[in-house]
Amino acid sequence: MAEHNGTWWIWKVFWILLIVTTVEVALGIIKPEFMLTQVAGTSILNYVFIILTVFKAAYIVQVFMHVKFENKAMKYSLYLPTLILIPYLTFILLSEGSYLFQ
Amino acid sequence: MASTAEMTKEENHWGGASRPLGARYGKLMMWFFLLSDALTFSGFLTAYGLMRFKYEKTWPIAENVFTHFPGIEGDQPLLYVALMTFILIMSSVTMVLAVNAGEKMKRGAVTNWMLLTIIGGLIFVGSQAWEWYHFISGDSGAIETDHAEILHVYSEEGERLSFSQLVHGMENGHASNHGETFTKEEVLSALKANTTYYLQEPGKAGKKFDHVASVNFLEEGDIVQGANMTHNEYGRKQFANFFFFITGFHGFHVFSGVVINFVIFYNILLGTYERRGHYRMVEKVGLYWHFVDLVWVFVFTFFYLV
Repeated sequence: MAEHNGTWWIWKVFWILLIVTTVEVALGIIKPEFMLTQVAGTSILNYVFIILTVFKAAYIVQVFMHVKFENKAMKYSLYLPTLILIPYLTFILLSEGSYLFQ
Repeated sequence: MASTAEMTKEENHWGGASRPLGARYGKLMMWFFLLSDALTFSGFLTAYGLMRFKYEKTWPIAENVFTHFPGIEGDQPLLYVALMTFILIMSSVTMVLAVNAGEKMKRGAVTNWMLLTIIGGLIFVGSQAWEWYHFISGDSGAIETDHAEILHVYSEEGERLSFSQLVHGMENGHASNHGETFTKEEVLSALKANTTYYLQEPGKAGKKFDHVASVNFLEEGDIVQGANMTHNEYGRKQFANFFFFITGFHGFHVFSGVVINFVIFYNILLGTYERRGHYRMVEKVGLYWHFVDLVWVFVFTFFYLV
């Protein structure tokens, strides 16, 4: 973390998180008509929410939890389990879950 | 010469001197804990998604459930939870500032930023308690059929009515019951008297029932006000169960985070880390605190937005 001077990089992430959250809340309240089109099981709006969430999460993990500045081995040992297991679990539950109560 | 250098490197490697992950023991263990915790939370959230897809048509819409804001009457969808999100992001920022000041051995700055982080955490836990209180005490009230289906009262114009508006009339009633409790007889006679009112399932594609069927449902069913683990006026009981479980588990994390932060704060005051020569403990607890913020980002999206 010696790469940093001052605290501007912390505030930069703060503004990014704040602005993205504001956009999410505004979209959630307005719910623009054109974004309610259904694509592959859910609305475009929901895809936008999920993308913005992952975007925010990436900033928190990379900068606030400073994974960005860890070495390669550390990055892989944190990213690989999460990025493989969580999407896998999500996929299995949402696809195989259609048999529930049938 | 080259082989000697190779040799030394090899020896160091097996001797445990090299650090392949470039991180100290404490930090590594914190990361492994957070990794497993992340999988736990993703298990909860995907289970929530599964139930939600299953009951997609009648699943309660979060914006119609969490509409309160302290001091303001009427519907304020998403505002309160947006404020909670802001508070948590803010306290995450003060935590990074504390870690940053710790690396520069600025004891005064670490103390102040840690104190602000703790205050932010306490405000968040308090806000969550407030939200739970309103969720549990209920808003408009609902009818539960003998098949445990939840139905809401609507006026002729398709406007959702609270029990207060139904029983006391549109002029005298409130859009929220404000803690007033009603009996089944009161609600039933009011529903019978207003022949244009009807019942409808919650959610974005809930079925409507005509007045005769509605009265019949209430006669055989019962009324529900508020929420607990077995009944809730908002819709499927799984909705309240997941709400209590996921936000409760997250709230518990925030609460433990506040306690741990306080222990660290107390040690900063005692000068423990100054004597130790480094503030690595602040960094470790900081990781946990950011993780709590990270989880909230996902809970916010999947519980309140999507």
